Amino acid sequence: MEHFDMALVDWSRAQFALTAMYHWIFVPLTLGLSFIVAIMMTIYVRTGNELWKKITKFWMTLFGVNFAIGVATGIILEFEFGTNWSNYSWFVGDIFGAPLAIEGIMAFFLESTFIAILFFGWGRVSKKFHMISAWMVAIGSNLSALWILVANAWMQNPVGMRFNPDTARNEMVNFWEVLFSPTAINKFLHTISSGYVLSAIFVVGVSAWFLLKHRNVDFAKKSMIIAAVFGLLSSFYLVLTGDESARDIYHTQPMKFAAFEGLDDGTVSAPLVVIGFLKEVPDPNQPDVERFAFKIEIPNLLSYMVALNSNVFVPGINDLINGNEKHGIMSYYEKIDKGKLAIKALGDYKEALERKDQVAAAENLKVFEANYAYFGYGYYDDPNDLVPNVPVAFYSFHIMVILGVHFMILFIVILVLLYKKKIEKIRWVLYVALWTIPLAYIASQAGWVLAEMGRQPWVVQDLMPTLSAVSNIDKSSVVVTFWIFAVTFTVLLIAEIKIMVSQIVSGSKNEGGH
Amino acid sequence: MTMFNRIINFYIDGFRSMTVGKKLWLIIFIKLFIMFAILKLFFFPNFLQTNFSTDQERSDYVIEQLINKK
Repeated sequence: MEHFDMALVDWSRAQFALTAMYHWIFVPLTLGLSFIVAIMMTIYVRTGNELWKKITKFWMTLFGVNFAIGVATGIILEFEFGTNWSNYSWFVGDIFGAPLAIEGIMAFFLESTFIAILFFGWGRVSKKFHMISAWMVAIGSNLSALWILVANAWMQNPVGMRFNPDTARNEMVNFWEVLFSPTAINKFLHTISSGYVLSAIFVVGVSAWFLLKHRNVDFAKKSMIIAAVFGLLSSFYLVLTGDESARDIYHTQPMKFAAFEGLDDGTVSAPLVVIGFLKEVPDPNQPDVERFAFKIEIPNLLSYMVALNSNVFVPGINDLINGNEKHGIMSYYEKIDKGKLAIKALGDYKEALERKDQVAAAENLKVFEANYAYFGYGYYDDPNDLVPNVPVAFYSFHIMVILGVHFMILFIVILVLLYKKKIEKIRWVLYVALWTIPLAYIASQAGWVLAEMGRQPWVVQDLMPTLSAVSNIDKSSVVVTFWIFAVTFTVLLIAEIKIMVSQIVSGSKNEGGH
Repeated sequence: MTMFNRIINFYIDGFRSMTVGKKLWLIIFIKLFIMFAILKLFFFPNFLQTNFSTDQERSDYVIEQLINKK
């Protein structure tokens, strides 16, 4: 038996996390700002008001800066799939290939064609066609996100496929099941709406800076109205999709659910921890140690959220490890046994084929298929290794939710102050709006930390753990490229911030000029 | 003027009249050069494509990895 090089696994994970997180700095602003620009341009086309043209051009320029700096940063992730994660890339087969190919052909070309018209079209194409181009850019950007999110959702909840033991690949048997799985729908809607909220915060924050500097007051207020309304509506939708996502996670990834709630022991009428501080990571052999130093909880709410019934049992980490016969939960011990059976049956099946023993091959294939759902568990001996980092999951979830509530309140306050024509007088609100911009990025990143760290150790839920997904390559090459990426992406981020700031400052002097 | 010429001129005029866009295109080209001419070429060979010549060999290797890693 060959042993895993955990340092290689950890560096590969760190590198993927670094590139994905940097990539995600650019993406959400593209997703939302494209729609905000399209709305602004629609108002300009309908009213003919030149101020709306200036407003549209200004935000469009910032959209362009973000798009240009961020474009192709996701390609690095595909490089990493082929080099660092070759077992995984092969294992997921055409499940990943099909959505990504559709993304490349359809959404990217749609987006890039209409982006040229959006930026070069002023005075060269009709106003109506220009406006349609703005909407097509927004739709194209969001469609690009759809396909990669479908692929990610499949990793969280693999459906619509069959594993082929002869090719070692998962083959898609039902494209629609992959595309329309509840996990895929929730992930797509929740992720894009989080991008809309972040973009709205960005526009509100920059507009607040204009007001603080007493520049372009009318310009800033009009931008703020659009962004705050868009942001508030998106926030409501974000809550709905987040709630639906949590319910989906409860069914498909119960360990992640228990981890982000810090729930060690399951219970009926489970309370929801609103705020909490963890004092230590309990020793798995001492399950009675209290995890929280402090917590505020709402009785029954967690049970109610997952099943709209406050008497429902919500399993905790210990229930999943040890099983709970009363509530029909299979223990991780049993799953590990089944996983080992599946791995052994796959090996015996291949050996039987080599011996041309069709009877033994058929018997082993039957055993393999009966236990394939637990395949990944077979790589472990200790069930505690199958528990994600609870503090990371707990804090990332709660940071995301608390900041989400803050954004919603901010949008409401901004709209009320705009309505009462007091927005310039209440300067502390403007400062809060400005400093909420980085908080929006923190919330957005926290969401992905929860999604990806919370599902550890799985790269494909229940089927492939992260440690069996990596390639047998030299760790030092991963370390070198980690630092190359760290430097390259940091330079790109600094370039983005510098160009953005210079555009905002020059825009504030020229009232939207660029 | 043909439709094709009009489209070409649309793009040429658009690129000529860019201000901050020129700087952004420079960044895009430098970024793509680093990605494809340096990183992809020297640091990110496709592991299975490079080390094996047929899909059967790749399948056998991955299955061996899945079965024997512990």
